[in-house]
Amino acid sequence: MHELTIATALVEQVCDHAKRRNASSVASIRIRLGALSAISKALYFCFPAAARGTSCENATLHIEEVPLTVMCTHCESVKTPAALFNFRCPDCGRPTPKVLTGREMQLVSIELVPPDALVAVNGLSSDVDTTSSIQGL
Amino acid sequence: MCGLCGCGPDSDHIHSKHDHHTSGGHDVVRIERDILAKNDRYAEDNRELFQKRGVLTVNLVSSPGSGKTTLLVRTATEMKRLFPLAVIEGDQQTSIDAERIRAIGVPTIQLNTGRGCHLDAHMVGHAIEELELKEDSVLFIENVGNLVCPANFDLGEAEKIAILSVTEGDDKPLKYPDIFAAAGTLVLSKIDLLAHIDFDVERCIENARALNPRIEVLQLSARTGEGIDRWIDKLAADARQSAQLRLCHA
Repeated sequence: MHELTIATALVEQVCDHAKRRNASSVASIRIRLGALSAISKALYFCFPAAARGTSCENATLHIEEVPLTVMCTHCESVKTPAALFNFRCPDCGRPTPKVLTGREMQLVSIELVPPDALVAVNGLSSDVDTTSSIQGL
Repeated sequence: MCGLCGCGPDSDHIHSKHDHHTSGGHDVVRIERDILAKNDRYAEDNRELFQKRGVLTVNLVSSPGSGKTTLLVRTATEMKRLFPLAVIEGDQQTSIDAERIRAIGVPTIQLNTGRGCHLDAHMVGHAIEELELKEDSVLFIENVGNLVCPANFDLGEAEKIAILSVTEGDDKPLKYPDIFAAAGTLVLSKIDLLAHIDFDVERCIENARALNPRIEVLQLSARTGEGIDRWIDKLAADARQSAQLRLCHA
């Protein structure tokens, strides 16, 4: 359920951008997920359900994973903890609550199909019935 | 007033920077914006309203059955003499919990999330319109019993408070790290049962601090009243601070 909520928020945001730019549809979506963002690759499975019937329906979702890095104020350098949620410096063992990367959950970019490309796209995918092409539901 | 879902003015304000290039006739737009940006905007609106009215808002998160509602009933019974109180109850179904709180005379809104697994800032925004929060009051938001999803959703609260009953096991913080990393306070509840179970309080606190070195820990039993005074003292101190901040902002 959680991933579906995130997927729905993502689709809504992308559709807003697409509409504002008069795009006919969205070809691809690139997002960035931190290792701590608490959403898994299950987002891939939820995305088609959230996108159904929207301009994101045929979009490809690309997920870029961002590793966890923390700042150790004692060593004064950026470290990668030994495990997720082990907020200790791997070298000096002191607590390192200052997370630099790993919490991201961002929409990075979208690839829009302009209105005048509608005919060409339809021509390419004329053998696909969009109402039955959704998988993973 | 909800300014974001179309039920109010100011329907949109995007702060993201765009830059474009084209790829195979397609327009590639760079956005760089949080996926939950919309929730976060609602949360900021809620937070602003709380600050303006000097309301201390705490978001109580836990697994189902940790004793959140029992603790809330006990807390509200003692605190209603000190501050005006209000409660937002989140559950998938029923208004059983809201009725328990209303029975002690505290205004309560029940939110049913249906298939949803957490409260979001939009639902809370509408609930606080209905509650008509008093100045310098305390608002308790009892989130849906779930240790995973509520971690991601800012509701505009001053603090997330994680409640962990000792019957759940001292390794719970390690199994569900997100929520314990996001919480400012950990409440160990049902400590009257410690004599009967193998729950190592020190190990549990150590596990929580490994995730969140700054987390404050309180131990209590809503049934016997042990530790309740310190809990009320903490909330009262935070509520007074929220009230003072209102005067500073005014």
